[in-house]
Amino acid sequence: MTKMLTRRVLLGFFTIIIVSIIIFTGVELLPGDACTAFLDRDAFGKLLENCRENLGLNRSGLVRYFEWAFAALQGDLGVAANGTTSIGELVGDRLKNSLFLAGCSLSVGIPLAIFLGVLTGLKRDKPIDIIVSTGAIFAMTIPEFVSATILILIFSVWLGWLPGIVVVSASAPVQDFFPEIILPVVVLAMVMTAHMLRMVRSSVIDVMSGDYVQMATLKGVPYWRLVFQHALPNALLPAINVVALTIAWLVGGVVVIEVVFNYPGLGRMMIDAISDRDLPVVQAIALIVGSAYVGVNLAADMLTMFLNPRLRTMYVK
Amino acid sequence: MDSLPPLLKVNGIEIGFNGRDGNFLQVLRNVNLTLHKGESIGIVGESGSGKSTLALAAMGYLKHGLRLSKGSVNFDDQPLFELNQSKLQTIWGGRLALVPQNSGQSLTPTMRVGEQIIESLKLHTATVPKDYWSAVKRLLKQVRLPEPDIIMHRFPHELSGGQQQRVAIAMALSGEPDALLLDEPTTGLDVTTQAHILELLRDIASTKGMAMIYVSHDLGAIARVCERVIVMYAGESVLEGETRKILRNPSHPYARALLASIPKLSSGGFPAALDGRPPAPSGTRNQCAFSDRCGIAQSRCFSEHPKLQKLTNGEQCRCHFPELIEQIPLSSLVPKPINIIGKSKPALNLKTLSITYEKRGILDFIFGNKYRNPPTVDAIDLSVGIGETLGLVGESGSGKSTILKSIAGLKPLKSGDISLHDGSNLPVDVEKRNSEQLRRIQLIFQNPDESLNPRHTIVEILAQPLRLYFGLTGKTLRDRAILILEKVRLSEEYLDRYPSQLSGGEKQRVAIARAFIAEPEVVLCDEVTSALDVSVQAAVLELLNDLKRLNNTTYIFVSHDLAVVKALSDRVAVLYQGRLCELGSTKNVFSGPSHPYTEVLLGAVLEPDPDMVLNLVADDTVELGPPALGCPFQRRCPRRLGSICEEKSPPERLLEVNHKILCHISVEDL
Amino acid sequence: MTDLLKLFLSKILSLHQKAWTVVGDIYSKPSGAIGLTLVIFHICLAITSPLFVPYDFKMMDASLMLSEPSFSHWLGTDHLGRDIFSRTLLGGREALLVTGVATPIAVTWGGFIGILFGLVGGRIDEFLMRIVDAFLSLPWILKMLLLIVTFGSSTFVLIPTLAFFYGIPVIRIARAATHDFVAKDFVSAAKARGHKRLTIILSELLPNVRDSLLVEGAMRWSWMLLAFSSLSFLGFGVAPPNPDWGLMISDARGFMSFRPWGVLGPVVALSSLIIGINLSADALAKALGIDRTQKAPV
Repeated sequence: MTKMLTRRVLLGFFTIIIVSIIIFTGVELLPGDACTAFLDRDAFGKLLENCRENLGLNRSGLVRYFEWAFAALQGDLGVAANGTTSIGELVGDRLKNSLFLAGCSLSVGIPLAIFLGVLTGLKRDKPIDIIVSTGAIFAMTIPEFVSATILILIFSVWLGWLPGIVVVSASAPVQDFFPEIILPVVVLAMVMTAHMLRMVRSSVIDVMSGDYVQMATLKGVPYWRLVFQHALPNALLPAINVVALTIAWLVGGVVVIEVVFNYPGLGRMMIDAISDRDLPVVQAIALIVGSAYVGVNLAADMLTMFLNPRLRTMYVK
Repeated sequence: MDSLPPLLKVNGIEIGFNGRDGNFLQVLRNVNLTLHKGESIGIVGESGSGKSTLALAAMGYLKHGLRLSKGSVNFDDQPLFELNQSKLQTIWGGRLALVPQNSGQSLTPTMRVGEQIIESLKLHTATVPKDYWSAVKRLLKQVRLPEPDIIMHRFPHELSGGQQQRVAIAMALSGEPDALLLDEPTTGLDVTTQAHILELLRDIASTKGMAMIYVSHDLGAIARVCERVIVMYAGESVLEGETRKILRNPSHPYARALLASIPKLSSGGFPAALDGRPPAPSGTRNQCAFSDRCGIAQSRCFSEHPKLQKLTNGEQCRCHFPELIEQIPLSSLVPKPINIIGKSKPALNLKTLSITYEKRGILDFIFGNKYRNPPTVDAIDLSVGIGETLGLVGESGSGKSTILKSIAGLKPLKSGDISLHDGSNLPVDVEKRNSEQLRRIQLIFQNPDESLNPRHTIVEILAQPLRLYFGLTGKTLRDRAILILEKVRLSEEYLDRYPSQLSGGEKQRVAIARAFIAEPEVVLCDEVTSALDVSVQAAVLELLNDLKRLNNTTYIFVSHDLAVVKALSDRVAVLYQGRLCELGSTKNVFSGPSHPYTEVLLGAVLEPDPDMVLNLVADDTVELGPPALGCPFQRRCPRRLGSICEEKSPPERLLEVNHKILCHISVEDL
Repeated sequence: MTDLLKLFLSKILSLHQKAWTVVGDIYSKPSGAIGLTLVIFHICLAITSPLFVPYDFKMMDASLMLSEPSFSHWLGTDHLGRDIFSRTLLGGREALLVTGVATPIAVTWGGFIGILFGLVGGRIDEFLMRIVDAFLSLPWILKMLLLIVTFGSSTFVLIPTLAFFYGIPVIRIARAATHDFVAKDFVSAAKARGHKRLTIILSELLPNVRDSLLVEGAMRWSWMLLAFSSLSFLGFGVAPPNPDWGLMISDARGFMSFRPWGVLGPVVALSSLIIGINLSADALAKALGIDRTQKAPV
């Protein structure tokens, strides 16, 4: 079992390395370099030379990659394109805020998705299923900035119950983000829940029409025991993977939300960095996000392996 | 027994579903069944007969989409279809228990098997919690599972098919029911496993006085377990009575034809084909359902629906003219094909074939490390003559399908070669073979549902080989396709149909047509009749035989069904765990002294003969893989000599001319 | 040669007939009917709107900035005095053009590669999928913005960018769908007959995978629209003064508290189109008999 685990972890690490290579080569392939991008129209002469020296751009790509990668491994993300600001400092607060936002959304979204997914799966085609499923389609397909805008319109502009914009500074402790964080969390949770609940629903329907549920029925097992002991453990296993995928999506979704609500998180910083053409910062954020995604997938894989008897025993023997 | 009230009574039930245009289509029509305490009744039928629906309905359960339009089912005087859920839940598992068809899929994957049995104990018995696990152990011992302490903590997927089935039986018994309902409980299991489970059921019936309803398509299994039998056809019961009498001399044309179409080890004839197929579920029926396939049908049969009549011999028969039954032969009159052995040059030569499924890592490859496990198939030396049929028999794990796949080029060899009759070597990889080589060897698969592309019409399916090997197009192509369809007895109108519109037998015929349209020399048949109904099987065997005679084709015929192999093959090779045990002419292998494994196989075959006695000499333990050294059968052999069987490979011994076995026991001692 | 042509034409004909049956199936359900009608409506609107818009989208009327809805301006004017109603009518054109072209490209190339990977299998497949997975682990916004920021956001950049990035998840879907079939005997039968790999892909696998790809294509289109409008919203998509719903929402956001129509117009338009596509995709899946388990968009 431990052999399998270490193999998986190594594989995850290997994937992160590929991610870093992709990021680095991607940025390298863009015409110009970090300095020409950052300085834009001022990119010539002494200014350019200085910038390049500061960032060490006059060395070969391979050398720079390894430097960057090794430094990153130790937690040093380098400096921004202006040559001075430490990326690590910049990113620290923002990361905390983004994680907080993601965390709140997940803790609302996941239980809600499971509950609604199981409910609609068991009561298939009944009124409750139709209402929830249609609502899910709406929530899922409308772009987040649209749903955010609508919610702001309703709850902030018309009803005045909740603030529509975050004015707290980036380095503030997380408690200060209430109540501004409520609307962003609602939007994120809404979209997440919609995705996940459809998958859970489909899984529940599959399992409930399967052979072993029929057998349990014909064994005299009462309905609710059947649902909780026989059906759900099997139906919810695939949900772990969906949660992992949703978390991956969340990163993309968070960016838009952070912009709409002016939330001081990693996503907004990324957009700003891209607008400013600050490539080192962009690289660093990409690395963080990519690694987080790989990490989440790894955790999901291992959790599935642990919970699924078929996979578990495969490796124990 | 008639004075006691029956345990279970099915009264004239009619079950069906609503078709696309809203009509009510009947799956079961006016079926009656009476089960007394301690009695065991068999329900026999092929696909579409409604037997599974009947078994579940006898418990008061209908699958989604079906409804009961007439009749009732009474268990212990309670009408099952009118009870509420909680009452039904006390009966299900507690008084009427189901042993399902595919236990692998019917046991919940996330619960240990012991826990699933305990669930039943909790629901239906008064066992106290501290006794749960010991009760489970007792039950597992009853179903003859070795090492019950270990098995009860396993998950279903960790058990073999036979073990899963036994667990299902234990679970059914745990509720201490009055009657067991068994829905094809041995389908898909190995021959020897099947035989052992049937013996177990016989014992349970006799020691516990358990009533049983046993549903199966296999008359041999029914013969073993049931005193009475009901034969179902197209949703109706067409014959009911004592198993002994019915198997000896059935009074209904369908039952007779069915019996005659089963290949038997004991009889000499080739099974007689029963053409046509059963009618689909429909509304009212105005004629005898079997009339279009019946050998003694008269005009009345096509216009009037027959009722069940009681005959003088005590049986109930649904036929207008039971007195004419003698006109239909009891067993096949078709003579066996003439065996030709050793008269022709070899079409195909397999020399010391060795095949493995093990994958070596890149590092192993670089360092040239050996494989860790013994190969799946090893040391196979076989040759097939032109026009000859070589049968490969064995149970699961015998490697017979693997060998076929390698000949077809789909599975690479570990070592050894395959050569054709002109001496040239057949490249092992299908991508390296030239067009001629590809054309000359054709493969037919087991499951016609999967071997025909569901998105292609029949003509497109047949066009593939025609285009590839002969470059035919247009009208010439279509004409050739029509010709080959005629040879497999399908009319031109099938050309533009999709596989989903054809029956299983028809699809398999298309697969055969597709193989023969390439004008091959060697046709590899991988369990080609195993997925078909019994009566359809005979037709396909007859077709294969005819094609062979016409084209002088060589067959390598793989099957787990010994009777089928005996009917079609000239020579037979018996395989165990990927190694050869015995090779000789069909006649010699199936009679007389043989390899210990062949004896075990022959002793476990179920014939539809009520007086048959099984000779179970070995138990059905599961092998995980071939042993590294010595005889492959060393672990189960009832005639094991000693350590020599584990250390040295068994030598070849010649029993007769062209009949050899690989065993350490000398010829005289066998 | 003519024979192949005849075969090709007959295939097209039968596909055409099948397409009408499918459309009929979609219309038989209320959700499908609503969905497909919305989609067709929007497409027609996008094509014909320039012919009947009351005002030029660029025309700024300084005296009427942020005016309320009136008889002459049905939805009022935006912060630059432009008519919101006209801009709303025209707002979908670029979006539909770009996504309408990029989606088939994405599905075609992603589908082909996916089927190829699914067929080849083995180590190469696993290795390449690792790279694909690594690539997918980066947020889509990041990847697209890097390209847009470097090369600009004209239609000629957006179409290939979207087609490339949105084709990659299609690889996964096509590969998974192919896996379902590759193990089936009819593929082994084709291999045993000695057909070339390309033949197997086109002749055996594609007809079976085609339906999944169609449904996936419909969903891809809606994700792409979502991405496109998000990009415009963030300022990286359609360049002003061209009208685009995402851009309009971004512009009007600041004035939402007293002039909601600037936001509501594009919101309703965009939402109705995307919902329409999704309802149609769902109905299409049911009509083709495909069971879709929703995956998160990339």
